[in-house]
Amino acid sequence: MITLPYLVAGWLFLVGCYGLVTSRNLVHTVACLTVAQSATYVLLLAVGFRAGATAPVFADVPVGTRVVDPVVQALSLTDIVVSATVTAVLLALTVQIYKRHGTVNPDELRALQD
Amino acid sequence: MTRRSRLVLFVIVAPVFAALFFLAAQGLPSFGSEFHPYGDRAVEMATGQRATANVVSSVNFDQRAIDTLGEEFILFGSVIGTIVLLRPAPEERETGLRSAGRVLPTTRLAGYLLLPVSVLVGLYVIAHGQLSPGGGFQGGVVLATGWHLLYVAGRYTALRRAASPTVLEIAESVGAAAYAAIGLAGLVIGGAFLVNFLPTGRLNDLLSGGTVPLLNGAVGVAVAAAIVLLLSGFLEQEVVLRQTEEPLAGSSISTEEPLAGSSMVADDAEQR
Amino acid sequence: MMLLIFLALGLVAVTGTMVALTQQPARQAVMLSVFGLTLAILFMTVQAPDVALSQLAIGTAVVPLMIMLTIQKVGGPQ
Repeated sequence: MITLPYLVAGWLFLVGCYGLVTSRNLVHTVACLTVAQSATYVLLLAVGFRAGATAPVFADVPVGTRVVDPVVQALSLTDIVVSATVTAVLLALTVQIYKRHGTVNPDELRALQD
Repeated sequence: MTRRSRLVLFVIVAPVFAALFFLAAQGLPSFGSEFHPYGDRAVEMATGQRATANVVSSVNFDQRAIDTLGEEFILFGSVIGTIVLLRPAPEERETGLRSAGRVLPTTRLAGYLLLPVSVLVGLYVIAHGQLSPGGGFQGGVVLATGWHLLYVAGRYTALRRAASPTVLEIAESVGAAAYAAIGLAGLVIGGAFLVNFLPTGRLNDLLSGGTVPLLNGAVGVAVAAAIVLLLSGFLEQEVVLRQTEEPLAGSSISTEEPLAGSSMVADDAEQR
Repeated sequence: MMLLIFLALGLVAVTGTMVALTQQPARQAVMLSVFGLTLAILFMTVQAPDVALSQLAIGTAVVPLMIMLTIQKVGGPQ
C-alpha cells in the first residue's frame, strides 16, 4: 500500500495555501495559487498510475498492452492550459488594482477600504 | 482580514485538512494499482471502434468531448475578461516603443532560426493529436510561444504588425465556434451532440479518429489565438503603455530587476 | 521506474515549497518556472507524455512570462 504520491499532492496544496495566506503581494498570491492548483494534477495522475504500464498511446505498442489510466490524463491536460488563461485573468485584475490604487499589497488595499 | 488573522485561521484549519486528507488517501487504491475500470473501458473504446491511437485525445475530443467544449469556453471567457481588464486606462496613452539596450546578434539569430522550427512543431503537434502525444491544447501553446521568438529576436514591431488583435480575436471566436459547429453537425447527422459522425478509419492512419482531428484543429486555433492575445495584452502593458505622469522613454524602466525582454525592443526602433 | 517517480515527486515537493516560501515576486517567477519543469518531469515518469507536453509549454514558459510582465508593470517588490 503506497500512498506517498497522494500525500505529496496534499502537501503541495497546503504549502500553496500557506503562500496565499502569508502573501504581501498579489502577484505572489497568484503564483502560490498555481502551486496549490498543481496539487490536483499530481493527485489525478497518481490515482491513474499503473505500475509497469506504458503511456496510453498505441502508436508503437500493440493493442492490448497494459497502459496507465487515460481519463485522468485527459482531465489534467485540458485543465493545465485553461488554468493558464484563468491565471491571466487574475494577473490582469492585479494590473487593474495597481492602476486604481497604486499598490498590490492586500493589507494596504484593506486599509484603503476603511 | 489582516495577514495575522489569515495566518491564525490557516494554522487552525491546515492540521484538520492534513488529517482528513491523510485518512482519505488511505482509502484510495494503492499507487500503481491495477484497478482502473473506467480507464480500461476508455482504452477498449478508443482502440476498437473509434480507431484513435492516442487514447487521451480520444477521451478529450470524442468520448468526453462535451467536457472539452466547457473547457474551451472557459478559455474563451478568460481571454475576453483579460482583454477587457487590460484595456488602456484613461490616464494612460501609447508612448511608442521605449528604447534601451540592444539584442545580441546570437540571440537574434537563435530567434530567427527557432521561429520556423517551433511553428512547424506546433502545427505537427496539432495535426498528429490522434496518433501521438499532443493535440490542439499543447500544439496551440507551442505555436503561440514559438511566435513570441520574434519578440526575443527584438522584432516587437513586426510581432505587433503580424499579429493584429482583430485577426486574433476573429481566429479565437472561429476556433470556439467551429468546435460548437462540429458538435451541432453531429447532432444533425448522428443524432447526438458532439457524436463522432465521420468514418473513423484505421488505427494509426493519419486520417483516423473521425472528428478527433477536426476538433483538435478547432481547439488548436482557439488556444494559439488565446495565448498570443494574452501575451500581447501583457506585453502591451509593459512595452507600449505608460502612465502620462511617469517619465517616458527608457528612464522609467529601472525597477529592481529589469526584464531582459523589455530592453530588446530597442534595436527595432533604432533600425527604423 | 518507481525510484525515478519518487525522485521526481521529491523534487516537485521541494521546488513547490520553495515557490510558496519565496517572498520576492521576481525570484518567485523563476522558481515557478523550475517548479513547472519538475512537474513536467514527474508527468513523464508517470507515463503521461500528453500532460507533460502541456505542462512544459504552459508551466515553464507562458505563466512565468505573464507573471514577469505583471511584476514589471506593478513596480516589482513592494
